[in-house]
Amino acid sequence: MLRHRDNSEAITGIANMLDANERIFSMKNRSNVAFLTAVATLVCCAALILGQKVNAAGEGKITGTVKLDGAAPHMKGIDMGKDPYCVKANPTPQHLETYVVGSGGGLANVVLSIDGWSGNATVETNVPVFDQKNCMYTPHVLALDTAQNFKVKTSDQTAHNIHPLPNPMTNVGWNQSQPPGAPDVEKSWKNPEVIPVQCNIHPWMHGFFVVVKGPYAVSDANGNFTINNVPPGSYTVKAWHEPDETQTQKVTVAAGASASANFTFKAK
Amino acid sequence: MAKIFAVTIVLIAIASAIPIVAHMWPMPQDISTHGHLIDEQYSDTMAEAGISFLASQFLLAFFIWRFSSPRPGEKVKSFPGGASGLVIAAFLLVGTEVLALGVFGMKAWSAVYFDAPSANALPVQVQAGQFAFYFRYTGPDGTFGPLHADKISEANANFFGIDTTNDQDSKDDVVTAEMAIPVNREIHLLMHSKDVGHSFYVPELRIQQDFVPGLDVSVHFTATKVGKYEIVCTQLCGLGHYNMKAYLNVLSPEDFDNWMKQQAALQ
Amino acid sequence: MHDMSSHAVHHGAPTSFIRKHVFSLDHKVIGKQYYALALVAAVTGMVLSWLMRIHLGWGSYAIPGLHLLSKTGAPGDVMTPEYYLQLMTMHGTIMVFFVLTTAPFAAFGNFFLPIQTGAEDMPFPHFNMMSFWVTFVAFLVLVSSFFVSDGPTLGGWTQYAPLSAVGSAGGPGQGWGVVLWATSIAIFCVGQLFGSLNFITTTLDMRTKGMSLMRLPLSAWGWFITSVMGLTAFAVLMPACILLILDHVAGTSFFVPTNTVINDQVLPHTGGSTLLWQHLFWFFGHPEVYIAIIPGMGIVSHVLITSMRRPMLSHRVLIYSMAALGVLSYMVYGHHMFVSGMNPKSAIAFSFPTLVITIPSTIVVLIWLGSLYGSKLRITSASLFALGFVSMFISGGVSGFFLAQPSTDIMLHATYFVVGHFHLVMGVAAMFGIFAGTYFWFPKMTGRMMNETLGRAHFWLSFVGAYCIFMPFHYLGIAGNVRRYQAFTDDYLVPLIPLHKFITVSAVCTGLVQLIFVYNLIHSRFAGEKAPSDNPWEGTSLEWSTATPPPHNNFGDTMPVVHHDPYQYSVEGASKDFIMQTSTEAVHSPDEEK
Repeated sequence: MLRHRDNSEAITGIANMLDANERIFSMKNRSNVAFLTAVATLVCCAALILGQKVNAAGEGKITGTVKLDGAAPHMKGIDMGKDPYCVKANPTPQHLETYVVGSGGGLANVVLSIDGWSGNATVETNVPVFDQKNCMYTPHVLALDTAQNFKVKTSDQTAHNIHPLPNPMTNVGWNQSQPPGAPDVEKSWKNPEVIPVQCNIHPWMHGFFVVVKGPYAVSDANGNFTINNVPPGSYTVKAWHEPDETQTQKVTVAAGASASANFTFKAK
Repeated sequence: MAKIFAVTIVLIAIASAIPIVAHMWPMPQDISTHGHLIDEQYSDTMAEAGISFLASQFLLAFFIWRFSSPRPGEKVKSFPGGASGLVIAAFLLVGTEVLALGVFGMKAWSAVYFDAPSANALPVQVQAGQFAFYFRYTGPDGTFGPLHADKISEANANFFGIDTTNDQDSKDDVVTAEMAIPVNREIHLLMHSKDVGHSFYVPELRIQQDFVPGLDVSVHFTATKVGKYEIVCTQLCGLGHYNMKAYLNVLSPEDFDNWMKQQAALQ
Repeated sequence: MHDMSSHAVHHGAPTSFIRKHVFSLDHKVIGKQYYALALVAAVTGMVLSWLMRIHLGWGSYAIPGLHLLSKTGAPGDVMTPEYYLQLMTMHGTIMVFFVLTTAPFAAFGNFFLPIQTGAEDMPFPHFNMMSFWVTFVAFLVLVSSFFVSDGPTLGGWTQYAPLSAVGSAGGPGQGWGVVLWATSIAIFCVGQLFGSLNFITTTLDMRTKGMSLMRLPLSAWGWFITSVMGLTAFAVLMPACILLILDHVAGTSFFVPTNTVINDQVLPHTGGSTLLWQHLFWFFGHPEVYIAIIPGMGIVSHVLITSMRRPMLSHRVLIYSMAALGVLSYMVYGHHMFVSGMNPKSAIAFSFPTLVITIPSTIVVLIWLGSLYGSKLRITSASLFALGFVSMFISGGVSGFFLAQPSTDIMLHATYFVVGHFHLVMGVAAMFGIFAGTYFWFPKMTGRMMNETLGRAHFWLSFVGAYCIFMPFHYLGIAGNVRRYQAFTDDYLVPLIPLHKFITVSAVCTGLVQLIFVYNLIHSRFAGEKAPSDNPWEGTSLEWSTATPPPHNNFGDTMPVVHHDPYQYSVEGASKDFIMQTSTEAVHSPDEEK
């Protein structure tokens, strides 16, 4: 597994080497200058070849919008009565988040990924946070790469337990509580899967960990998304909406360019 | 040392009795129609247990005090009446006491379990599941629609697994997270568990009944005082057991009707 | 009279270290091994209770180092709800099985039953040795559940189904934690069966010449009655545990009904019965608590008699009462299930024997009190704990009145009232019985005396401390405080938290006091004052007629011959205020058995 390298590291190293060697080799010697330039060039090229930067030239993206066809289904209000803390934290009651539709019919919480990704197994290094806030999960759907670390956090002054229930053949489930003030729980998932997660203490709290291979994106409140870091090529983009609706579309990504894929889901 | 021990026993016995006699941590108020039978039984038992407790501890203390320092030349002597006297005393006193408690206690028990609910009791269904209670009311048609375990989806707030599309009787069912009941109306509580063992306990209602997974159980009661009370789970059901509760609102009939309308609109 | 001593199992004195101290066939070594196991278990169980009580009083407190005990149970050293339940389950299991069933019965019984009957050893020494090592393995298996990924099971020592049977879907620790728990207990049952086998045959077949059944001391009767109960009770628990294991590993559904839904998924189990587990468990569970207390009654009676310098008002009545308790204990188990959903008529059927069992309990207490009357009570650490046992048994017993009746049980079931009740009788009275036995028999087992000053300090602080801890539990229960809650968040429970804090402080202090006992035990073992004689308490039973500590075959070259009843104290015309059972002095009291 290759990790992203920072070019500045290579340059600092060269500078240090130069400093150290100045005492040994004098810059007045022309052959020394040539030698050192060649070494520097070689090192820079090696760094470029070996390292894989996120914004390397050539990678493109896939953008688009996911829409919901038809009227947004009525989302039931959530009665949080069993826990007075949750009631106080939500003066306007929350609603189920099965369908979150923005203005213009955009559908949120759709996970876009590349079906059958067989590219380099780069793992995202950013560590997304799955928060328990006001007795709801934020975000409702967290998309992850396989083996990507994520943190589960609690911002509430009432205890929660996080209980993801994967297929035991695919991923290993766990069940842990976080009383108020508990430290973050850091985990990762090994294999691609759509994993429902819930809190048993507050049974209305439901979310998903959608584990995919390769680059991904989640549609925002208006249904818009951008999948970054897609090397040039032809792909099948998969869109997933809870609980198990999927659609696919073929796109071709040109080097450094943006391909477009739009999806429309039908309200159930 | 023996005398100090004797005094300690007496002091501890008295100190133990004070919080009971002074009602320092009393039983919650009774708001049920059958509760007074339980409370009477409880008071009778407390009197008998209390007297037995104090009498035996005092006797123990006295005997320790008196017989740990025998006078010179004093011989060992037997308790008057000997063992047979004590055995007879035990059978007569304790025997009648427990018989009385047992026989008279039947009234309180049968009020809860042997008297059937009346025909116009309001049926309310309660489902216990890790870690919350949910309630279902029949709606205007007076019938509960069938339950389908495979349709349970907490993610979609279908806690009971009812099918409002295909089951006619389910269409007007009202599911709530709080239990509200009209005051002075008998309630027939139909209980089932979605998963593991739980229990329904409202101290003020003088009701405690386990949910039995796989079995439909029911209790009935009538609340006599408007107010907000807590339903708590008393059967260890997992990590959220301590927090598993729902509020019980006993409302006036008008307030109850309004509440029912509000809840129906939220379905 | 039946003299089986010539059929005694001869096994020569061991020579190797392993045979002497590890895999020993000698009942005395086995008894000490059980005692050591019970001591380790008791300290472990006590530490667990401290952790629980600190959390109950101060829920968000970070207990330093707690995260070292569990990977996920205490992040930032603050106990999670599941970890509280896991500690609670282990506390109960360790205390009930590895302390209260082990110390009064297996530890003292193994050491002293053969001696008190006048035997060389138990008839099946190999089974006896296995009984200890099997019990030890059971303890290791139980403790190993702390180290599996999810931790130990959280379902309480009662492991009610379906929570115990649905697997890890039910919560942390409900997968491997339950399997290890059930395996440990099943293994424990095997150990107990081996033990019971030996105790019963020793009592019935190995008595020396002149030792009729009625001439056995009350401690021996306590062990005998307990061993008969153990045979039947553990024989039911073991298959119950096996069925539970099968539900986990073999896809069966003994205890999980159809349509069990967890996390929106219907579990594959069908047809199981929730109540089946409860019936099986409590059929064992109720006799079990009498298994925990009857040896204590026997030991306390034995210690009291020696301290009072007179026999009990009636030796027979005590024996019959203890036996009645044993028999009745099988008929009452449903009082744990009054609101379980079983037929309410059954509740009445179980309530009556439960109320009736008060009668033999009362007789036992009245005989003790009646025997104190007119006695010449000697105060020692042992007799203080024996008298403390009586006080605690009274206190714990009277709360039983409330729990025996289904109507009052509606209010008190699953509250702290129950927890107070069983802690007073088991956690305190039975422990006091163990302490009484320890202080009393320590000289015979080791040849040294325990420090009397430390013993009395241990008694005073424990007696007062235990009341400070467990009396308030009853008040909490009456107020409706539900048990097995890791925190008190309900509106009506919040005002009770200050009382919980008081209990916690009492519990930690009283727990620390027990270290006085542990120190006394260990220090006296190696450097205690040497016992002034083979019979420092001037007792009459056979253990006091042999050397200190007893030789390998208990009595040396000649087996003892018994001429007297076990408790011939203060007999008119005798040369001293006691006549030993082996004494040839031809003075007999008028009501002596033949």
